Amino acid sequence: MSQSLISSSVATVAYLGAAILFILSLGGLSNPETSRRGNLYGIVGMALAVLATIVGPRVAAAGVPWIIGALLIGGSIGVYAAKTVKMTQMPELVALMHSLVGLAACLVGFASYVDTSIQYTGAEKAIHEVEIYIGILIGAVTFSGSLIAFGKLNGKIGGKPLLLPARHWLNLLALLVVIWFGREFVLAPDVQSGMTPLIVMTVIALLFGVHMVMAIGGADMPVVVSMLNSYSGWAAAATGFMLSNDLLIVTGALVGSSGAILSYIMCNAMNRNFISVIAGGFGSGAPTAKAADAAAEPQGEVVPVSAGDTAELLREAKSVIIVPGYGMAVAQAQHTVNEIVKTLRAKGVTVRFGIHPVAGRMPGHMNVLLAEAKVPYDIVLEMDEINDDFGDTDVAMVIGANDIVNPAAQDDPTSPIAGMPVLEVWKARTSIVMKRSMASGYAGVDNPLFYKENNRMLFGDAKKMLDEVLVALKS
Amino acid sequence: MRIGVPKEIFPGEKRVATVPDVVTKLVKLGFEVVVQQGAGELADLSDAAYVEAGAGVVPSAAELWAAADIVFKVRPPTADEVALMHAGQTLIGFVWPAQNPELMQQLAAQKVTVLSIDALPRTLSRAQKMDALTSMAGVSGYRAVVEAANAFGRFFNGQITAAGKVPPAKVFIAGAGVAGLAAIGAAASLGAIVRANDTRAEVADQVVSLGGEFVKVDYEEEGSGGGGYAKVMSEGFQAAQREMYAQQAREVDIIITTALIPGKPAPKLITAEMVRSMKPGSVIVDMAAEQGGNCELTEPGQAVVRHGVTIIGYTDLASRMARQSSTLYGTNLLRLTEELCKTKDGVINVNMQDDAIRGLTVIKDGEITWPAPPLAPAAPKPAAKPAAAVAEKKSAHGHGSSGPMPPKTLAVVFGLGALVFWAMGAYAPAAFLGHFTVFVLACFIGYMVVWNVTPALHTPLMSVTNAISSIIVIGALVQILPPEAGSGGRPDGLIQWLAFAAIVLTAINMFGGFAVTRRMLDMFRK
Repeated sequence: MSQSLISSSVATVAYLGAAILFILSLGGLSNPETSRRGNLYGIVGMALAVLATIVGPRVAAAGVPWIIGALLIGGSIGVYAAKTVKMTQMPELVALMHSLVGLAACLVGFASYVDTSIQYTGAEKAIHEVEIYIGILIGAVTFSGSLIAFGKLNGKIGGKPLLLPARHWLNLLALLVVIWFGREFVLAPDVQSGMTPLIVMTVIALLFGVHMVMAIGGADMPVVVSMLNSYSGWAAAATGFMLSNDLLIVTGALVGSSGAILSYIMCNAMNRNFISVIAGGFGSGAPTAKAADAAAEPQGEVVPVSAGDTAELLREAKSVIIVPGYGMAVAQAQHTVNEIVKTLRAKGVTVRFGIHPVAGRMPGHMNVLLAEAKVPYDIVLEMDEINDDFGDTDVAMVIGANDIVNPAAQDDPTSPIAGMPVLEVWKARTSIVMKRSMASGYAGVDNPLFYKENNRMLFGDAKKMLDEVLVALKS
Repeated sequence: MRIGVPKEIFPGEKRVATVPDVVTKLVKLGFEVVVQQGAGELADLSDAAYVEAGAGVVPSAAELWAAADIVFKVRPPTADEVALMHAGQTLIGFVWPAQNPELMQQLAAQKVTVLSIDALPRTLSRAQKMDALTSMAGVSGYRAVVEAANAFGRFFNGQITAAGKVPPAKVFIAGAGVAGLAAIGAAASLGAIVRANDTRAEVADQVVSLGGEFVKVDYEEEGSGGGGYAKVMSEGFQAAQREMYAQQAREVDIIITTALIPGKPAPKLITAEMVRSMKPGSVIVDMAAEQGGNCELTEPGQAVVRHGVTIIGYTDLASRMARQSSTLYGTNLLRLTEELCKTKDGVINVNMQDDAIRGLTVIKDGEITWPAPPLAPAAPKPAAKPAAAVAEKKSAHGHGSSGPMPPKTLAVVFGLGALVFWAMGAYAPAAFLGHFTVFVLACFIGYMVVWNVTPALHTPLMSVTNAISSIIVIGALVQILPPEAGSGGRPDGLIQWLAFAAIVLTAINMFGGFAVTRRMLDMFRK
């Protein structure tokens, strides 16, 4: 031990410092002003922890070149990805990164299991092995689940939920098998005989991760992404238990609870409970939904408008609220939106944004896109902050959103989305909905908003239409 | 079909059931419209304007009633008017079936269909556009303030002039229904200090949003009856309420009362004693005068002075703004007509399957169908009341967790928790417990910290937590070449490669995560 630069106590204190920095880092995100510093805290904390480990007693000097090599390879890939990713691809990148954490947790778990240099006995051994087992389990589910989420988010895999027959029973069966192999694993006398149950369990966990995310529809992605975020944290915490490292436990718990809270917020915003989202297959109650549709066929007429008329409406308005949705992200229209906002604000029109918590494919997705387009964040408001103001608003402009502005959620108790909080755009004097067609949203529910008499439809690609509106506004 | 609009014959009634703008739209729906000569005269709407909009004009009421298939009216028809009706005709207007049983019998005898606009099921959100009670109440509320201002000898707004300081008028509005809210808005925009009270606590936010101040009665009871009306309150509440009114009466200059309870005489809120306690020159506008009045000294239809206080009991406030109220009423009827004539072919279909139309229809082909069966309960309102929730949530930055758990759930949760902890303490080794303590506390810290994150930063939160979760790298670091390497048959090569791969993966995550978070956060600019 004499060759290490610092003692194990100093390393522990450095870990404590890192844990505090991580907490401060999350705390900094309470406000955009302090958030940049928060990120810096995170970087410093991470650097501190890594350095303390490398120079600490647990790494022999000969290992350092390996470590530096690995960090360089990984680091350059990571930085390259971060620099080149488009903001609209953020959800994919985040999902992919979750899968990396999951895979790393698996690898560390396996390495820890085959490491025979530290011997445990009795209850400690059992607990250590359970920790390994659980760590690998969570890691594997995170890994495969995140990969599928990544595929779904960038369109490589269709957004439609894949519903196997008796899928809940399949999941239950998988769980029972995993538990049974867990028992075998803990009872295994040596590493060789324990390996089989461990590998079988890993395969089942991977399949389970695939199956779980495959069964979830495209618009439930915010929940899935935040849930996987949570899993990657729990995987880290399990690894911490496995290696008896408090820093990993603390960090894992922070990340895990953060993801769990985000999932909870997202579920609330869709008025669905967590279990039903995870159990997947929204729209599996299709027959009842159809029947309800027939009963509550929206009445009235769809009134289309041209881009020129839209510009006219916007110009004459005193106050405008823009409600962006996934359609804006798909069409990459955020920069045009910002131009329109600037033009209108220069004319003295009050323009604000109303953001529904589940707009887009990831928590906070819309905020990031608007920030990218340099929309000032103080005019971007949450649903709860702005919902009461629609009554005093002249024009509410909905860009590529559907279910989050569906009045049926409030009016029609039989609607599949009944009770989901929605942005009350129909209370504005005029609402304009930009949409490619009359197709229903992800929930498969017809939207009575389109038939309201104060609603106008602007059909076409959001980007193209907004460009036309901008030209008309400037002329 | 032909829609006829007669001149209103009720004494003092100036409104008319349709206006030229609406006529144009009715014609577009495929209807023919005839108007009695001079029908809109008192609402400043000339016959020429109706003709220009596409209506025909007939000289007498008798001809009009004979020619029309559908008659639009404001006031309930008189016996003479009923006599002019013919079988198969449809009448749309205020009928008040509960107050006018005799009229209902007469109408039924004529074998007509009657849609009473006051019987509209107001809880249906689809029905709001047809809700004439609401639009008339809005006009009346506004007019009540105008009448009060007219009778009141002072400015409403406070002024500091060269001739001295004028304090603002204090207005108290009893009942914050549609009329009350309109009055609050009108009085506040004239510059008065406005206070209002209602037995329904949920309207407090609406009062505040219009610039009023909500005065609470110091007594716990919720007064929301069905359909947006208030209900009769308990004795204890009423005593507390009387005390509050007595105090307001001493303080304020103007009282506007709008308290109505459906099917009952208006509650007497303002006693003679309270009137006596008011400052001379004060004004009371009693908007409930038609139902007996909220003030003991009100004389319906009259403005009287009692104890130096002007008490206005006009029952025709909406009619006093005839042009405005006619326009609104005409539009309400237009919306109703649209509902009745979905095919836009000028033929109405009284569809008894439609909740709104079923509610309105009090006589169908001579058969009394009033009262309509109660509606199925409306859609559940989203749990949180928007306005109240906003204030609370703003202060908490994020979403703020919901209210405290009910005690029973709490007890169960704590009980289970205690059991789990006991089991752990009994069986787990000490080293594990140490880590477990850290884990649980960290979960709590995470919970507290993350609730404070503003929703706008949820994406950066995810990418930063993702970057932080690459702390798992430490696990790989300590495995790559620990001091124990080479001892006890440890498969060094395998572990080293596994750990190497893990470090590469986490490094991607670590560097990528922090870099992308930084990139995003840099974009958040004011």
